[in-house]
Amino acid sequence: MRLLGAAWRIALLLGLVAFLARPSLFAPVFAPLTRFDAPPIYDGTSLLSLTLNHLALTGAATLCASLLALGLAILVTRPAGAEFLPFSRALANAGQTFPPVAVLALTVPLLGFGAAPTFLALFLYGLLPVFENALAGLSGVSPGVSEAARGSGMTGPQRLALVELPLAAPVILSGIRLSAIVSLGTATVGSTVAAKTLGEVVIAGLLSGNTAFVLQGGLIVAALAILINDAFLWVEGRVRARLG
Amino acid sequence: MIRVETLSKRYGEAPPVVDDLSMEVAAGEICAVVGTSGSGKTTLLRMINRLVEPSAGRVLIAGEDTRNLRGHELRRRIGYVIQGHGLFPHWSVADNIGTVPRLLRWKRAAIDARVDELLALFGMEPATYRDRRPAELSGGQQQRVGVARALAARPDVLLMDEPFGALDPVIRGRAQDELAAVQARLGTTVVLVTHDMEEAVRLGHRIAVMDAGRLLQCATPAEMMARPATPFVEALVGGAERPFRLLSLDRVEAAVEPGEADGPPIDAGANLREALSACLWSGRDALPVERNGQRIGRVTLAALRRRAAPEAGTPAP
Repeated sequence: MRLLGAAWRIALLLGLVAFLARPSLFAPVFAPLTRFDAPPIYDGTSLLSLTLNHLALTGAATLCASLLALGLAILVTRPAGAEFLPFSRALANAGQTFPPVAVLALTVPLLGFGAAPTFLALFLYGLLPVFENALAGLSGVSPGVSEAARGSGMTGPQRLALVELPLAAPVILSGIRLSAIVSLGTATVGSTVAAKTLGEVVIAGLLSGNTAFVLQGGLIVAALAILINDAFLWVEGRVRARLG
Repeated sequence: MIRVETLSKRYGEAPPVVDDLSMEVAAGEICAVVGTSGSGKTTLLRMINRLVEPSAGRVLIAGEDTRNLRGHELRRRIGYVIQGHGLFPHWSVADNIGTVPRLLRWKRAAIDARVDELLALFGMEPATYRDRRPAELSGGQQQRVGVARALAARPDVLLMDEPFGALDPVIRGRAQDELAAVQARLGTTVVLVTHDMEEAVRLGHRIAVMDAGRLLQCATPAEMMARPATPFVEALVGGAERPFRLLSLDRVEAAVEPGEADGPPIDAGANLREALSACLWSGRDALPVERNGQRIGRVTLAALRRRAAPEAGTPAP
């Protein structure tokens, strides 16, 4: 069963790579979905460059959101930072409450069209899962273990680096995974404000009534989401196994 | 070795958790601190290694004020064992035991040697156990690794907070014997907090009884049972168990007298409580006593009865 799952993932990855490298090979597959001799493969921008752009934007937003959220979670779980907990929680929650579309609409006048407003929307949207998971992970370290760490003569930073972060790592990673996957899907919306993401393919398809485009954009995003999710799960599993 | 001077801990307006407490623990001694929950015994212990900062008073270890060191530096010099062991689940047994030596930047080889030495001391084959995770050990083994970790950097002082609390009775007895043997061998000064009077009598060279943040009495177990300072102490050490506890303090060799007796012998190293139990169970008035397989005399029920009486706490003339 696991072998089957792995084989399926590898097939998916190979299929995706093949499609991005030589989209024209797949034209016959998508041709039946077009009408009036419309092109079966999107050619406004190369699919490969859109995909790389999409990944870069998602990756950058997830990375920044994870760093800030993890930093906040570390801050509020220190004795000196406990009073910032309500503020940090409010910030992370607000980021999640604002729909990315609303963030785009509000920030375009300030930041202009393109990647910047999309990055901001994804960044804000990605904060909460990482923050909440990091908070749960860091405060979930058993009291006996924290007490032993302090009693052994570890300093605050040593306790964080040697005990708390390693023990919280799987939970933090699963927060980053959630954030990345949500961000990957949401990035398509960025194309409404002219960010170069795979949303462009979908939108082009919708505007011209070309189902083949819509499907191409959607399929690439879905395949990326499945593969990235799996990669995170694999890393989480490895980290969890090391924790014994 | 440890000198506690007018130590207090207050949190806000509430009554002090530890109230103007002074006591001394001699080098190489086990001092068992006993009290009900909320008596302040754990706070007292945690003030010795400054996990809790005192509101007033001071603690001297080997004559040095503990405030002269930074908290984490002080704690690297004092062993600390807590209930339920608190082992780091993501580290191997060897890494756990080597915690403090690593913090002190010992050489790798010195740490490895020390880990193996301690595992051997606690009867755990180093090659077998070194690389295991805490989750792969039994409760008794986890507890031993916890004590080994506390002893790793050769501290002169070991603080223990209910160290056997999470063990089942059979394993607990064995762990207590083991601690007593290791302590006698290393000469470590131990402060052991417990709510179990039996444990205090079994391990403590001295027992300190605390109630509501105050020290009621600090004395040898025999003294305490013979002359409890307050009704509270009497209630704690006394009750129906007192004669048996008194007997458990002495070994058979202390009560041996010349003469013969029938039936299976008892070892001179057994305690008097076990001798009483053997008399009652086999219906004999006297037991032959052996040391290293040699008959050295007998112990009689009459002698046991004398030693279990109220004034027995004073050493026999």
